[in-house]
Amino acid sequence: MAKEIDLTDGDIRALNTVLQRRDGNNHTDFVVDNPMGRHAVAAGLTDDVAVTIKGHVGYYCAGMNQNASVTVEGNAGVGCAENMMSGTVRVTGDCSQSAGATGHGGLLVVEGNASSRCGISMKGIDIVVKGSVGHNSAFMAQAGNLVICGDADDGLGDSIYEAVIYVKGEAKGLGADCIEKDMTDDHRAKLKDLLDRAGVTEDPAAFRRYGSARKLYNFKIDNVGAY
Amino acid sequence: MCGIVGLYLKDPDLRPELGALFGPMLSEMSDRGPDSAGFAIYRDGVEGGAKLTLYDTPDGEDWNALATAMSKDLGADVAIEPLSTHAIARATVSPQALRGWVEKNRPDIRIMSSGTTLEIYKEIGLPSTVMDRFEVSSMSGSHMIGHTRMATESAVTTEGAHPFNTGEDLCLVHNGSLSNHNDLRRMLRDQKGLVFQTENDTEVAAAYFSWRLSEGASLAEALEAGIADLDGFYTFTVGTRDGFAVLRDPIACKPAVMAETDQWVAMASEFRSLARLPGVETATVWEPKPAVVYHWGHA
Repeated sequence: MAKEIDLTDGDIRALNTVLQRRDGNNHTDFVVDNPMGRHAVAAGLTDDVAVTIKGHVGYYCAGMNQNASVTVEGNAGVGCAENMMSGTVRVTGDCSQSAGATGHGGLLVVEGNASSRCGISMKGIDIVVKGSVGHNSAFMAQAGNLVICGDADDGLGDSIYEAVIYVKGEAKGLGADCIEKDMTDDHRAKLKDLLDRAGVTEDPAAFRRYGSARKLYNFKIDNVGAY
Repeated sequence: MCGIVGLYLKDPDLRPELGALFGPMLSEMSDRGPDSAGFAIYRDGVEGGAKLTLYDTPDGEDWNALATAMSKDLGADVAIEPLSTHAIARATVSPQALRGWVEKNRPDIRIMSSGTTLEIYKEIGLPSTVMDRFEVSSMSGSHMIGHTRMATESAVTTEGAHPFNTGEDLCLVHNGSLSNHNDLRRMLRDQKGLVFQTENDTEVAAAYFSWRLSEGASLAEALEAGIADLDGFYTFTVGTRDGFAVLRDPIACKPAVMAETDQWVAMASEFRSLARLPGVETATVWEPKPAVVYHWGHA
C-alpha cells in the first residue's frame, strides 16, 4: 500500500527525506496530498520508487530525478524535472518555463502545454509534450529528443547542438542554426518508440523533424565583424 | 525578485471576505519580497465625489483640522478617516479638485492614491506586519492587488514600495526591473510635465501609463504601447476600478500564473499564493503568454 503524506502544513525537507528513503523506510509507492504549489517537491530522488502528487506544484518539482517515477496530477511550476538523470516524470496538466532544463536522461511527459524554454540546454533527456510549447524551447539543446504534438512558439531550437526536435503542429519561428530536416523511416521508428513510452497516441508520419544546421559549431573568420 | 498578487471577486457574496482571502496570498510571497509591502483595495466607491489616500506627515497630521480647511476652501463636505499611517479623505468634489487642493496647499502631504474607489496602503517591513497594521483581514471590497518588494533599483522606502497610483483609480505593481527608466523619466518630466517623487523604475512605468491614458489611450492601448517603449523585465498588474489587467514582457522573464473560477479571478507570481483560495482545486489555471494584455472586469 502506498505511503500517503499530506503537505498542507508539512515541511519540504522532511517530505523529501522520506521520498528519498533516507529515513530508512522501504516503501516503493508514495502519494503526496495537498502540495499547495510548494517548491522542490520530490526533488533529488535516487531510488526506483513511484510518487504520485495530487495537485499543483511549484518550482523544480522532481528536479535531479534518478530512477524514480513521479506523476504530478496537476500543473508544475518553473523547472519541472530540471537536470533529470533517469526515471520518468509525468505532468497531467501544464508545465511552466524551463521544463526538463539541462536534463541528462529519463523521460518527461507533459500532457498539457509547456511554456517558454522547454528543454533548454537538454543533454540527453527525452521530453514529450502533448500540447504546445512556448518560445525558445530547446535553446542550446545538446542531446535527447523533444517531441511537440501541438505548436512551438518563436525561436525553436535556437543555437541547437545534436538534440532532435519533432513537431506535429506549426513551428512559428526557428531559432538561429535550427533547420527542418528529412524524416526517415529510422526517425519515424524512434519517434514511435518515444510516443509509445509516453503513452501518447499520435501518428509519427504527421511530424516534422528539426535539428542543427551545424553552422555555429566552429568560429568562421568571415563572421568576425559580428563579435 | 518581488512578488505580486491580484484577486477579483466575481461573486458579490464573497466580498466581505476579500481581505481574509487576499492576506494569505500576499503573505505567501514574503520570501520573494521581505523589504516592504503594499496593496490597493477597491471598495466603497464615492459616486460623483472623490477619494484620496493620504500619508501621514512626520509630526503627525491633525486630520480633523485638515478636513475642516479643505471643506471651507472647496465648499464641499469632506471627511477624513485615519488608518495607521494613512488616511482616507472623501469629499463631494471631483478627484482632480481634491487632489489639486492638497498639491497646492499641502505639498508636504503625500497622496498615495486618487480616484473614487481606490485606496493604496504601503509601508516598509514584512508583508504580514504591514497587513496587520492596516487590518487587512477584516477588509471587504471587490478586488485587491498587492506587492512584496525585494529592492533592486532604488532604496527601501515607503515611497519606493508598490502599488503606484497611475491615473484616477488606476494603480500598478511590478515584478522586474526597467533598464531605460532614466531616459523615460527625463522625457516624461521635461517634455510632458509629469512629477516624480522617487528614483524608482516602477514609478516611471506608472507615469508612462498615466501619460498615455491622459493622451486618450485605453488601458489596453497604453499597456500595448508599453511593450515597445519600456525596456527591461516586467510582469505588471494594473488595478482598475472594475478589475485588473496583467502584462508580461516579450520574453516572459518574470513569472506569473492565473486562475479563474465562477467566483473569482486571481493572479500571482507563483501558484502557492493561490493554493488556499476556495475552489482552487477545480479552477482553470494557466500561465499568461508574453506580450499579451489580459484584462478582467465587468466593463
